[in-house]
Amino acid sequence: MPWETVIGLEIHTQLKTASKIFSGAGTAFGAEPNRQACAIDLGLPGVLPVLNAEVVRHAVRFGTAIGAEMPECSVFARKNYFYPDLPKGYQISQYELPVVGRGQVDILLEDGGLKTIGVTRAHLEEDAGKSVHEDHFGAGGLSGIDLNRAGTPLLEIVSEPDLRSPQEAVAYARKIHQLVRWIGISDGNMQEGSFRVDANISLRPAGSDTLGTRAEIKNINSFRFLHKALEFEIERQRDILEDGGRVVQETRLYDADLDETRSMRSKEEANDYRYFPDPDLLPVMIDGDFIARATADLPELPDAMRARFAEQYGLSEADASLLTNSLAMADYFEQTAAGCGDARLAANWITGALAAALNKSDLDIADSPVSPAGLVGLLKRIQDKSISGKIAKQVFDGLWVGEGNADAIIAARGLKQITDTGAIESIVDAVIAANPTQVEQYRAGKDKVFGFFVGQVMKQSQGKANPGVVNQLLKDKLAGS
Amino acid sequence: MLDQPQGVSIGELAARLRRRECSSRELTADYLARIERHDSALNSFITVTPEAALAAADAADQRLARGEGGPLTGIPIAHKDIFCTQGVRTSCASRMLDNFIAPYDATVVSRLNQAGAVSLGKTNMDEFAMGSSNETSWYGPVKNPWDTTRVPGGSSGGSAAAVAAGLCLAATGTDTGGSIRQPAAFCGITGIKPTYGRCSRWGMIAFASSLDQAGVLARSAADAAHVLQAMAGFDPNDSTCADEPVPDYATNLNDSPRGLRIGVPREFLSPELDSRIAAVIEQAIELLCQLGAERHDISLPNSALSVPAYYVVAPAECSSNLARFDGVRFGHRCADPIDLDDLYQRSRGEGFGTEVKRRIMIGTYVLSAGYYDAYYLKAQKIRRLIKEDFQRAFAEVDIILGPTAPTTAFALGAKTADPVAMYLNDIFTISTNLAGLPGMSVPVAPVAGLPVGLQLIGNYFAEARLLNVAHQLQQASDWHLARPTEQKLRS
Repeated sequence: MPWETVIGLEIHTQLKTASKIFSGAGTAFGAEPNRQACAIDLGLPGVLPVLNAEVVRHAVRFGTAIGAEMPECSVFARKNYFYPDLPKGYQISQYELPVVGRGQVDILLEDGGLKTIGVTRAHLEEDAGKSVHEDHFGAGGLSGIDLNRAGTPLLEIVSEPDLRSPQEAVAYARKIHQLVRWIGISDGNMQEGSFRVDANISLRPAGSDTLGTRAEIKNINSFRFLHKALEFEIERQRDILEDGGRVVQETRLYDADLDETRSMRSKEEANDYRYFPDPDLLPVMIDGDFIARATADLPELPDAMRARFAEQYGLSEADASLLTNSLAMADYFEQTAAGCGDARLAANWITGALAAALNKSDLDIADSPVSPAGLVGLLKRIQDKSISGKIAKQVFDGLWVGEGNADAIIAARGLKQITDTGAIESIVDAVIAANPTQVEQYRAGKDKVFGFFVGQVMKQSQGKANPGVVNQLLKDKLAGS
Repeated sequence: MLDQPQGVSIGELAARLRRRECSSRELTADYLARIERHDSALNSFITVTPEAALAAADAADQRLARGEGGPLTGIPIAHKDIFCTQGVRTSCASRMLDNFIAPYDATVVSRLNQAGAVSLGKTNMDEFAMGSSNETSWYGPVKNPWDTTRVPGGSSGGSAAAVAAGLCLAATGTDTGGSIRQPAAFCGITGIKPTYGRCSRWGMIAFASSLDQAGVLARSAADAAHVLQAMAGFDPNDSTCADEPVPDYATNLNDSPRGLRIGVPREFLSPELDSRIAAVIEQAIELLCQLGAERHDISLPNSALSVPAYYVVAPAECSSNLARFDGVRFGHRCADPIDLDDLYQRSRGEGFGTEVKRRIMIGTYVLSAGYYDAYYLKAQKIRRLIKEDFQRAFAEVDIILGPTAPTTAFALGAKTADPVAMYLNDIFTISTNLAGLPGMSVPVAPVAGLPVGLQLIGNYFAEARLLNVAHQLQQASDWHLARPTEQKLRS
């Protein structure tokens, strides 16, 4: 039987604020355990939470970016459960009235088409702390609690079950990741846990409109793992269903080492969270003024920018999409395009050599050793034919390792293109003289041999000969003139 | 009578201190000696802090010598052991917090410190403020200074007994369902629970956050006005604290009650009420009318629902608020837990008393999936109806009067086996907490030698009016001047 996969994602993104959501303690990553936890984060008796307005501002920016309904009033609720890293015995979250209501985002499918994915809601909550077990304390059987992360502001973004494949799920997660970084509300750092994904997944017979029983895979912290976990889970559920079995509703864990999902707890063991409105916090009232102020400095959003890039610069959808992967990338591109006056040339270099180099060094565009101005310097020399595209690659390598600007590198490495016809002609003559067999073949009609001559001339000139001049001269000379 | 300066008000003492007729050190030493002499019979203090008190008195004397300080500078008071005090144990009368020393002061405490009040120590209470008799304390029950076989009321019973017995001039209390007003009534003193949000809850250990409010127990309305003045006002550390200016409570105390519209809810003076209590309440209302107030009979039709609604909302919140007492970070931890569940279960099992456990269980139940709508949500709807009752009433009247409690102080142990009978003692006080309104209790004529309280309920932020009416009543009568005899205290 053909099965349809139904996936919904819950994404926890850590909001970029100096202090925690309900206390003045800092949020920097990597501090010594419990050095960034104040009496409020520790849940000491008598302490009270006070909402950090910056957190609401971030949520409102996100809501605007996904065109969401933003209710005037949202309410913080307590989610009650016991765990040693949850200091108060409850997590302050939002339940019935989240700060961001229904919205949507478009994802780019592999066939180039767009698909709209519904966002059910996005709500604010505090993070819990972290338990540190035996491996930290040796074999003594002790566990420790680090509450530095307790109270870190999170925005939980819940999608509709609109995703139909691991590819779509990854595209959606990447889209949300792009967006939260773009609008500056999160650093999206997945290694540091600033962006974590829970995936709900079920299968149903193709054509059915009722949902199958789902499993939830918790705390996935890379796009690759998301893809693998979903693939594994689809297979697992399909095997069960095709054997006539039933999928049990449960929470599962993805083990990247074994590439499998494992049961964490079943529905029966699930907590009853006893949500109720937190009486220590007043309802949050958000008016048009607040929204206007919070979103006044929102940058042009990625979808709009991608469309504009395609339109304004005549770029392919794929290039436009790559160049709007992050705001830093888009800025880099626009500066470079403006500097050299040829957007497509700029796009080619950025999505080509630069992207490859960044990728290889695992660097973000913001940390690129080649600045837009540096790249422009190189592109200008291509445009004025001082160097060929091929030689330009060498100049780029020089730029990357910090040998100075393009002109300095061209001069130092002696890479300037030879456009002097006389100089090229002597090389051409020499090559023709040295390869009589190939000349004969060419003249007998084997046009392919022409490439061989070009290659030889370029080789002799160490790539510096102007290819146009080489072509012309070769054509003339081989024709027997 | 007890060897204390009878009828001397905080205002008068402040004047004497300022005139250097006595020093705060002398006054403080006197009160510490009184605690030493009488508190073994009352058990009204959990912790007495003589060194800190004398140091604070010396600091107050220095301020006074410089001609600085206000009406509370150098005045000995006490704090209910629910308010966190930096460096001094704050137990909430629970074994759970027997070893807890907060690294901060509650806002109410720090404001009183700034005002120069001298804290003598921390007063006994019902465990986590859950109780109406002060019998749930881990440190044992408090005795009523009027009759030591009787309860002082609760949960601020230690504060009420200490003030009544003259062991301090005033004390802080908290009122979640009547915990200031009912013990004030049982002990024959004046107690005020201001509007929800009038005083900061920062550093006040939470029982039911949406109902808890700090207030004052004192010997007169005028004394209470001085203390409340120092405690009240906006605090950015408490989101539910009201950003409303605090009027000068003392200036309005002498306004005449002429033209004051008094509402008497028929539900509060029902035929079921003890006729002797009804009679002394009527007597006080009559006195106010003689002073020019007009009586209106009103109705609060949903008041009968207040106790059941309260015993859903308060336990719900307490079940969540008390979850942090898990033995992991502070407070009592059981010995040698075998695993995490054992750590939780035994720490909480050993740390909490029966009444606290009962309310945690009720609260957990009413919030659980499947029961939330039937209990918690329904109770919140009743709460709205009760608020609306009051708003209708305050469209017609300026103040609502009635008894504070349906009985006088009952015998120790009389209701401990029947929690519902205990809960019903708060039947007249609970609705103001559900509505967030200010309430007050002042002594009227005693019944069978035991104090009775008249309850005054005002509209939001009408504390000044409550204090004014109570003060006028106290200017025209001497009920509030009655004191338990030393003989009674020793019997």
